[in-house]
Amino acid sequence: MAATRTLKPWAGATALAFLATLAGGALLGLAVEALRGSTEGFAAFDSYLWRVARFTLMQALLSMLLAIAFAIPVARALHEHPAFPGRALILRLFALPLALPALVAVLGITSVYGRNGLLAFGLNRLGFDAIPNVYGLTGILLAHVFFNLPLATRLVLASLDSIPADYWKLSSQLGMGSWARFRLIEWPVIRRNLSGIAGLIFMLCITSFTIVLTLGGGPRATTLEVAIYQSLHFDFDIARAVSLTLLQLGLTIAILLLLSLTGRPAEEGFSLQTTARRFERPGRTTRFVNTTIIVLGLLFVGLPMAGTLVSGLGADLLRLMTEFIVWRAILTSIVLGAGAALLSVLISLALVMAREYQQSRRQAASPGPFERGLDLGASLIMVVPPIVIGAGWFILSRHAINPFSLAPVMVICVNAAMAVPFAFRILRPAWDTAASRHNRLCLQLGISGWNRLRLIDGPALRLPMGVAFAFAMALSLGDLGTIALFGNDSIQTLPFLLLQRMGSYRTQDAAGLALILGVLCLLLMFAADRGATRLARQDGRTDD
Amino acid sequence: MIERPAHKTTGGAAIRLDAVRFDYGDMAMRFDLAIEPSSIATIIGPSGAGKSTVLNLIAGFESPLSGRILIDNEDMTNVDPSRRPVSMVFQDNNLFAHLDVAANVGLGRKPGLRLDEADQSAIHDAIVKVGLAGKEKRKPQALSGGERQRVAIARALVRNRPVLLLDEAFASLGPALRQEMLDLIGQLQGDTGMTIVMVTHHPEEALRLPSILFFLENGHVAASGPARDLLSDRGPSLLRKYLGSQELSL
Repeated sequence: MAATRTLKPWAGATALAFLATLAGGALLGLAVEALRGSTEGFAAFDSYLWRVARFTLMQALLSMLLAIAFAIPVARALHEHPAFPGRALILRLFALPLALPALVAVLGITSVYGRNGLLAFGLNRLGFDAIPNVYGLTGILLAHVFFNLPLATRLVLASLDSIPADYWKLSSQLGMGSWARFRLIEWPVIRRNLSGIAGLIFMLCITSFTIVLTLGGGPRATTLEVAIYQSLHFDFDIARAVSLTLLQLGLTIAILLLLSLTGRPAEEGFSLQTTARRFERPGRTTRFVNTTIIVLGLLFVGLPMAGTLVSGLGADLLRLMTEFIVWRAILTSIVLGAGAALLSVLISLALVMAREYQQSRRQAASPGPFERGLDLGASLIMVVPPIVIGAGWFILSRHAINPFSLAPVMVICVNAAMAVPFAFRILRPAWDTAASRHNRLCLQLGISGWNRLRLIDGPALRLPMGVAFAFAMALSLGDLGTIALFGNDSIQTLPFLLLQRMGSYRTQDAAGLALILGVLCLLLMFAADRGATRLARQDGRTDD
Repeated sequence: MIERPAHKTTGGAAIRLDAVRFDYGDMAMRFDLAIEPSSIATIIGPSGAGKSTVLNLIAGFESPLSGRILIDNEDMTNVDPSRRPVSMVFQDNNLFAHLDVAANVGLGRKPGLRLDEADQSAIHDAIVKVGLAGKEKRKPQALSGGERQRVAIARALVRNRPVLLLDEAFASLGPALRQEMLDLIGQLQGDTGMTIVMVTHHPEEALRLPSILFFLENGHVAASGPARDLLSDRGPSLLRKYLGSQELSL
């Protein structure tokens, strides 16, 4: 093969170096600090720390079990009724929490289960005197299940869809009952994917920051991530922050290692296609039970969203929109979010391009260290959570400059890195397909470099890049973790402002801001979803 | 759980498709056909002619727009697949990969797999009959393609329904193995008197056993009669045309 000069490996190396610096700098900061005040630092490994670690694991485990336990019946019911009214809409709704900012969801949850929420109102009307308390473990679990039940449902449904149609024919001919069908057909398939689904949810709950910060009830219900934030932000106890961060890092690495032994995390969940056909004719009881399950699942996911909408509309939106500080926050969020999304797409594209280049050069040989490094770089943020990166740079930079002045850079960089795993997964199939279609033809015709990017690959990538950008921006817009560490009066994003208003009990304002933030994110998500659907349709066609 | 309907004995059942209309995509299909009890019917025809659709209609996996489906002179048009006196063997995916041979066969007795002594002995007999004695504990991946289809046939045997549908059941097997399987089917049909309806891409299969041939084209039966007559040189011209394009496999 002709050895054309190419910048692709360099682009990939640069992206990788950026990610490595981001994570490595943070780790360096922590290491320096840990060594400097060694006695003080390790003294901080006290009983408080272990209690926090235990609670972190416990809430994640419970959240995961609950989400999966409820997701399986919902997915089964949805699968059994391919013609259920509004089924496509329900699945679309179940995709929304993926991009819904955690803060918005928290407000939605309190509007349903909180002291003045829908549930309290209903109980009151029925004559019960109980006042629900949503703070503490209950609230954390509710919010985590709210986020992960839809995700798990979609993933389990995807597993069910992978069952060959002949099995459904057979089960209906053999007259299997619901239990036999579950035991003999569905469970074996679900079980095969379960470790991936469970691992994904567990990781998401271990690193969940906003929900625990806002719904956790003080020191008894706090996780490592929140404790790191509090020790830096309120107590300025560097030694404790270091030991907490090291513990968090050790925990995520241990869990990821464990996961790599049991199975890869599931990667589907973006597609809406469900094509399975069922052949049994469900009786009246089955129909009733399944309808009830679907409606309950729908209410659980839909009510908090509706709650956000209703209480947001109840806020004085007109007054909010006249506040300078609100407009500044919206603008700051959009600028930082767009910056992060752009950076994220560029990094991912560089990784994807370099990866495919290395792969096509080695032919059938096994991947070299650079190619594996590129793959690893794409999911680096899974190993080193954003809050660890933020904390590390916060601690490292404070000797040289005022860490708060780093806020915009940190928000853009960390949020970009956060979105890389998603952007990478959107861009990679598009790029690889384009490459496999065009590589030989371009070599033969001598189209290379800038010309090839402009004429051949660019047009093929426009749509996936748009999807990745919209999705990355929605993620960044809603993120609170980094801005909570670095935010201050001179730089406030929408989630930061929202947290402040919540903190000063200006509930109405918070509800209004949550609505604005939610709408912004959902618009982006909607755009991403439409793009992804068009992308799927394009892939379905052989020629374009 | 649905109770097994009381099809008391072996022996075949007559099948009749009476003015059955069905739309498959753009193609409007209409089937009129009658199959004698305890006979062997072979359905051939070009791809997309509706061969598998006929089997799916008989088994109840598809519902006709109009018309009636009669099995053993009973109207089965709106009957649930599990309550029809029918077993079906597909080309692939007949077996559950995580269950061993005996359990896969056992599903034909009790779909919840709570098997008693009588079930066990019926399962054993069926496994012996299809020539898989000693392989009861094997998982499907440890079987050859032909052996897997034997397991599916054994399951049909323990279900003891008067109609057996074969949907290109042997299409992925080599020629010698295919004939072996046909001989097994013929032998079992002799023992039980089941009515057998098979869809195939290989017209020579229709000659291996004394069968009635149905030639499908564009969603209807274009020709039917004893296979020996239809597949001879004196057969109808449209069939000869079809066979001409199939020459290689003959």
